[in-house]
This record gives sequence, structure tokens and C-alpha cells, in this order.
Amino acid sequence: MDIFLQQLINGLVVGSIYALIALGYTMVYGIMQLINFAHGEIVMIGAMVTITCINLLLGMGVQMPGPVLLLVGLLMAIPVSMFLGFAIEKVAYQPLRKAPRLAPLITAIGVSIVLQQVAMLIWGRNYRPFPSILPTEVHIIGGAAITDLQIAIIVLALLLMGGLFYLIEKTKLGRAMRATSQNPEVAKLMGVNVNHIISMTFIIGSALGAVAGVMVAANYDQAHAYMGFMIGLKAFTAAVLGGIGNIGGAVLGGILLGIIESLGSGYLGDLTGGVLGSHYKDIFAFVVLIIVLVFRPSGLMGERVAERA
Amino acid sequence: MSTLLQVNDLKVAYGGIHAVKGINLEVKQGELVALIGANGAGKTTTLKTLMGMVKPAGGDILFDGQSTSKLAPHEYVSNGLVMVPEGRGIFSRLTVEENLQMGAYSRNDKAEIAHDLERVYYLFPRLKERQKQLAGTLSGGEQQMVAIGRAMLSRPKLLLLDEPSMGLAPIIVQKIFEIIKMIAAEGVTMLLVEQNAKLALQTANRGYVMESGRITYSDDAAALLANEKVQQAYLGE
Repeated sequence: MDIFLQQLINGLVVGSIYALIALGYTMVYGIMQLINFAHGEIVMIGAMVTITCINLLLGMGVQMPGPVLLLVGLLMAIPVSMFLGFAIEKVAYQPLRKAPRLAPLITAIGVSIVLQQVAMLIWGRNYRPFPSILPTEVHIIGGAAITDLQIAIIVLALLLMGGLFYLIEKTKLGRAMRATSQNPEVAKLMGVNVNHIISMTFIIGSALGAVAGVMVAANYDQAHAYMGFMIGLKAFTAAVLGGIGNIGGAVLGGILLGIIESLGSGYLGDLTGGVLGSHYKDIFAFVVLIIVLVFRPSGLMGERVAERA
Repeated sequence: MSTLLQVNDLKVAYGGIHAVKGINLEVKQGELVALIGANGAGKTTTLKTLMGMVKPAGGDILFDGQSTSKLAPHEYVSNGLVMVPEGRGIFSRLTVEENLQMGAYSRNDKAEIAHDLERVYYLFPRLKERQKQLAGTLSGGEQQMVAIGRAMLSRPKLLLLDEPSMGLAPIIVQKIFEIIKMIAAEGVTMLLVEQNAKLALQTANRGYVMESGRITYSDDAAALLANEKVQQAYLGE
């Protein structure tokens, strides 16, 4: 029972992070039917900038409690990622607005590779340890352990998702984003500046990605120039699982994928008689991706309201 | 009456095809002008060009005395040029009320918007009943009401209507045209593109007949209705 509960908690933590990243994929897809493969790198750069900031502050001998240092690092990383997301769209995708869909997709992969290489030039090819500034004591709930950091990750992710829902459902900007995703030509007729809406979508998604990147680095105590690739693929899988283009679907898909992966890896050794260990956990995301694509390509929440002519 | 829209020698080409071959057209303040013609005559292309959705190959468009050539697509609405697109163009996964609010997107006068919204609900009580419903679940006639109500919330100086009768049952078409007359009576200037030539000319003050990218007749609506050639070609008589 306690293994189950422990893996469930771990799954929730990882799932919340996947969900935040999946939102970035799904928002961009919803507006312009583009899979922004560079989104994983925005997540990575969020993590790297935070680590650099914290190390700089520590190096200057700044005396601050760990969580405050983390917050400062995070507040530096968010605008960097936001700007990066904005700039990528302007430089790489906007000129291809009228090109066939394959062109921006391949460009996205190119941008992703460029950012990985640039990150390696700046931060090197080794793992960057996350500074040990956070309290490490654990709380025991029903035989399972949870740290303050894990609680903070879940709570912050839920707050951000709630904020995003409010923005999209209740504000004028959100309404314009939804209208643009449904019918950009008519949205223009209403006076919506579609380029502005697309920029905002990238900026918001990148901010969520930066936060997620810091969460990953803090949770696993490390970051790496290539980390965005795998986490990006998994979050993309989560978005597809939920129904790509669907905001609620990204959240559901992210959390489900986190739990599936965590529970799966927890029991994988027992199930296969020790042949496959928990280090094979990455297979779950892609098995899920294949199953969804074969049996329900529109995803769990990807059903659309019938549209009458 | 002052001239609100002045189109001089407008030409539009798609690739090598000349869809509009140099037309002149004007709409005066307070008029309801019909642009009729067969499928493929260039009517919708003309409207799209007026809204900046298609770039003209030649000629100029003066709206309210100003050339529209320097406006970005999203700036037309705030200048008072508003279109109800062909096929209604509603946002099917937004509610009725959200669709209407999108009409007021480029306005910032909250109190006035709320007032205009109430007026649209007064004109279309059916929409008030369905304000929280997703617009995609409405009937075609109701969707057309949403599209027209949404355009009203943009406070048009000139309202361009593209085929408002398309795909609707005859009884609903009658109703939509009553609404168009009602809006015209409130002083909204309109340019109406319509395949149902008879109904359009019965509703309008003046009319233009378009044929293969050219204007072939222009006259008072009553005179066009009485014109034998127009009758033979477009009125099925």
C-alpha cells in the first residue's frame, strides 16, 4: 500500500510539471496548429537561468533563506523564457505563417537543436547540480514520504493552471485567443490582431514552461542542456493524451501521464520478474502515445461540439 | 447625402484570374445598396477587398474620405467598416454572449457596450434566451442573428452583409430580411451582397448588378426590378 501511495504522490508531482509544459504545447497548437518542438528547450533554459542566478547570488555571499533564493532565480528565469518564446515565434515561425504546415514543424525541430547547442556553449555539456538550498526533511503521510518542495510544486502548478483557466475563460484576451483558435479570419474581422494573440500565446506558454523547468531541476537536483528533449516529448505526449488543442485536456493528460509513469515504474520490476527495472520508466510515456494515436487520436477530451453548417 | 464609400476602378486578381475587372461603386450615408449577380461574378471578392482581406491589384477605395490601403486587417473595424461574412462565421465553441462580445473587441467603452448588448437582446429575444449556449448548437437562422448582432456591437458606419440568406429556409430568410430592414431603419448604412436578387432589390434603395467581374447595371432598386434584362437574367421571370 505505501509503495502505491508513494508512487501516486511522485506521479502527482511529475504529472503537475508535465501538465504545465503540456499547456504550452497545446495553447500554441490550438492557435496555429503547430507543434512547437522548441518548447522543451524553453523549459530547459528556465531551469538553467535559475540555477545560474542562485549560484551567482550564493557566490556574492548573499544571505537569504533557500526558498527565497529559489523564488528570485525563478523570477529571473520567467522573463528570459518569455522573451525567448516571443523571439522564437517572431524570427522562426511568423515568416512561415502562410507556408505549408510541414515547414514550421521542421523549423521548430531546427530551433530546438540550435537552442540545445547554444545552451551547451553557455552552460557546458555536464549535468549542472541544483544548489542545495532547500529544506530536505520529509513529511510522512500514510507511510509515504513527501517533501516541502513536492508540496510546493503541486500547489504552485494548481495555482498557475487555475490562473490560466481564468485568463482563457473570463478575460477579453482569453476570449480573443479562443476566437482566434476557432476562426482566425473572422477574428481579424472583429479587430483582433492575430499576430499579437499568437505572441501572447507563446509568452504565456513560455512563462509556464520556465516555472516547470525550475520545478524539474529542483525535484531531480540537476539540469542539463539536453533535458528539454525528453521532458518536452513527454509533455507533448500528455497534450496528445488529453486532446491536443484542449486546455483542460493538457492538465488531465499531464497528471495522468505522471501517475501512469510513476506507478508503472514502481511495479515494473515486480511485473517482469526483475527483467526490466524502474530505469525503463520512459517507455510508459511512449506506449501511452502509441495507444492514444492508434485508438483515440483526438485524445481523451478532444471531442468537438457538432458544428452546423 | 454624403458619400461614405467610394470605389474607383477596383481590380482584384487571384493568381492569373481577374476576379474583379475595374469596378466603380459608391454607397451614400444612410443607404442600403444591393450588389447582386450570379455565382462567381466577383461579389464576395469585392466585399473581401473592401475589408482588406484581399489586396486589390488596382484602383482605390475611399471610406469616409480616407483611403483604406494603409489599414492593417484588424484596423478596419475600429474605423467603422464591419462585415457579416459569408456562412456567418460564428465562433461555434464560444457562447452566444461571447460571440456578441467579440463584436465589441476593439471598443473600450464598457458601459456603452453593455447598453448595445442589451439592445441586441431586445432586437433578438431568442439570443437572450440562449446567451449561455455554445453558438455552434444554434440553428442556421439563430446563427445568422448572432452574426448580425455581433456586427451591431462593432457600431458599424458601413455594414457589409455577405449572402445573409445562404443555406437558410425561405421562412427564416424572410425573417432575416425583416431584421435587415429594421437595422437600416435605425440609420445603419449597408452594402448587401445577395444571390436572392429579388429579395435584395425589394429591400434595398439602390442596386448594382455584377457579371464576370464587371458592373453591368446600376440604378435605383425599383428600376432594376422593372428592368427586363435584369428580370430575365436574375429574377427568374
